[in-house]
Amino acid sequence: MDFIQNFPFFSILLSLGSGVLTSIMSARAARLWNTLILLVITAMSGVLFVYMLGAGEPYTFMMGHFPAPWGNEIRAGLLEAGMALFFCLVMLLSLKGGQEHIDAQVEGTKVNLYYIMINLLLSSLLALIYTNDLFTAYVFVEINTISACGLIMITQSGRTIEAATRYMIMASLGSGLLLMGLCILYDITGHLLMSNIKESVAYVYAQGTYNIPLIASIGMVVVGLAIKSALYPFHTWLPDAYGYSTASSAAILSSLVSKGYIFLLIKIFFRVVGFDIIVDSRIVNILFVFGLLGMIMGSVNAIMENDIRRMIAFSSVAQIGYIYMGLGLGTTTGMVASIFHILSHASTKSLLFIAGVGLTDASGDSKKFSDLTGSGYRSPAAGVAFTIGACSMVGIPLFSGFISKVQFAEAAVQNSLAKMLPTLICLAVSTVLNAIYFMKTVIRIYTPAGRDVKNTEAGAAAVISMREHPLYNLALLGMIILNVILGCCSQPIVDWITDGLAMFG
Amino acid sequence: MGGNLLANYGEAVAMILFGIGFSNLLLQKNLIKKIIGLNIMDTATYLFLAEKGYIAGRAAPIVVNDVTSVEAYINPVPSGLVLTGIVVSVSVTALMLSLTIRLYRRYHTLDMDEISTMLKKEDQ
Repeated sequence: MDFIQNFPFFSILLSLGSGVLTSIMSARAARLWNTLILLVITAMSGVLFVYMLGAGEPYTFMMGHFPAPWGNEIRAGLLEAGMALFFCLVMLLSLKGGQEHIDAQVEGTKVNLYYIMINLLLSSLLALIYTNDLFTAYVFVEINTISACGLIMITQSGRTIEAATRYMIMASLGSGLLLMGLCILYDITGHLLMSNIKESVAYVYAQGTYNIPLIASIGMVVVGLAIKSALYPFHTWLPDAYGYSTASSAAILSSLVSKGYIFLLIKIFFRVVGFDIIVDSRIVNILFVFGLLGMIMGSVNAIMENDIRRMIAFSSVAQIGYIYMGLGLGTTTGMVASIFHILSHASTKSLLFIAGVGLTDASGDSKKFSDLTGSGYRSPAAGVAFTIGACSMVGIPLFSGFISKVQFAEAAVQNSLAKMLPTLICLAVSTVLNAIYFMKTVIRIYTPAGRDVKNTEAGAAAVISMREHPLYNLALLGMIILNVILGCCSQPIVDWITDGLAMFG
Repeated sequence: MGGNLLANYGEAVAMILFGIGFSNLLLQKNLIKKIIGLNIMDTATYLFLAEKGYIAGRAAPIVVNDVTSVEAYINPVPSGLVLTGIVVSVSVTALMLSLTIRLYRRYHTLDMDEISTMLKKEDQ
């Protein structure tokens, strides 16, 4: 066994351990340590990714001394390694971009608590990516939820505590359903390791004796994870949670936390139940319908919003709808499009949140649209970054959002007419709606604030020069580059996802 | 159908309890009642697991008197899952309770809807 094959285990353990270690550190040390750990894990994921490109087949890693049907396992392949690398990168950029706000908004004695949450969140995300055991996945889903809750409420205002409570209530509903579904699945198949469950499920499904409990349990798991990742009718907790937390938290929550659950769902589709059975059970059709609804309703809500952060949050609802619509198409091309959109949305939404906070800073800390007039001039870096993020979300070529829309459209055209038409129509309508609210914002931030503008607060706000916040600008630049790479060099990435998906099941 | 239900009445009870807990967590306005619902829901899952792991006439999986035959003991895995699940649900409950305390200190009510209306007033 190569030494590199230990890296998934090392990265999970390193982030989990440093979460504990951070609790006794000062704020400064915690921040430094966290950055260091993130860099190390990013490097390890990168090395693993290159190694997997060469290896060409996934491997399983035995945790502890018990072999396959009893012990716990980690399984790493091309898709997992690439996802881990990408998640680490986005997390690093979001943290660095919002660092000044973390320092300003979080009480001094609580800064190291923030980094505990970040470390625990990273370890749970990595564990969700790598684990091959369903119950381990459940435990890390809970760790993910609790640390995300900590990220929301770290700023300690009434709004964030209420948002955290709402988030916890919805997330607990989701985990309850997930746990019950997993228990029934364990009860039917007698296994907890994903690959073993798949064999048993295929056998049981062919026999046809336990089909109703099987479908019910898969349904519970799917609905549970859909609630946790804010699919449209379950999105009520989302705008408050993303809208009022500190900028880094919002960026990380929208681009990583919900994606971790979706990645677990994809894993369950391919490795636990088997994609054929999922498609055959027609559960994907339900996801398809709710995905389409989310695409439209999320955008409609975003248009009606008068607060830039909440608008970006509602846009997340629409983008999550895209991803579930891709899953709902029930084809491998749809799945590839969804995974590409996970990457595309993660890089764009973190960019938008971090750029958005720069705009609000330049407008006297007001998130209202009326105060944002001309903020693109007052904070040039944030203005440019927000415009690029908006272009990407709307689907302008060169940026990642365009590629994911093309991918969705291609996947839809290959599908049957019943799914092709609604997908294409909803894609078109949703793109127009996206354009309405994003272009409205871009025009607003580049409208010169004339003398008649009554917001003296915004007028008094100092112009934020490019040199003042090097770290912030660097993070924005990193995210823009990530976005453009996804948009311009999409073919190798799509090939990678396709190859990764082939060895995923 | 009826016979199955009678043989699996433990599981049926667990499912009913799960439903009660789930709807309480979802529909109650009072935060404490929501947390009680959460606990009922989690406990129902443990009842389900314990019921599924138990095999009539066998002992708990602790080796006594050198009996090592598999036939002598019940399935230990669900019990392990229940233990893990209890740890998770204790931490989630503790977190929810601490959030409830903070909200109560700030707004002097446990009603989620009232808190929302107060927050809206704060904004204006």
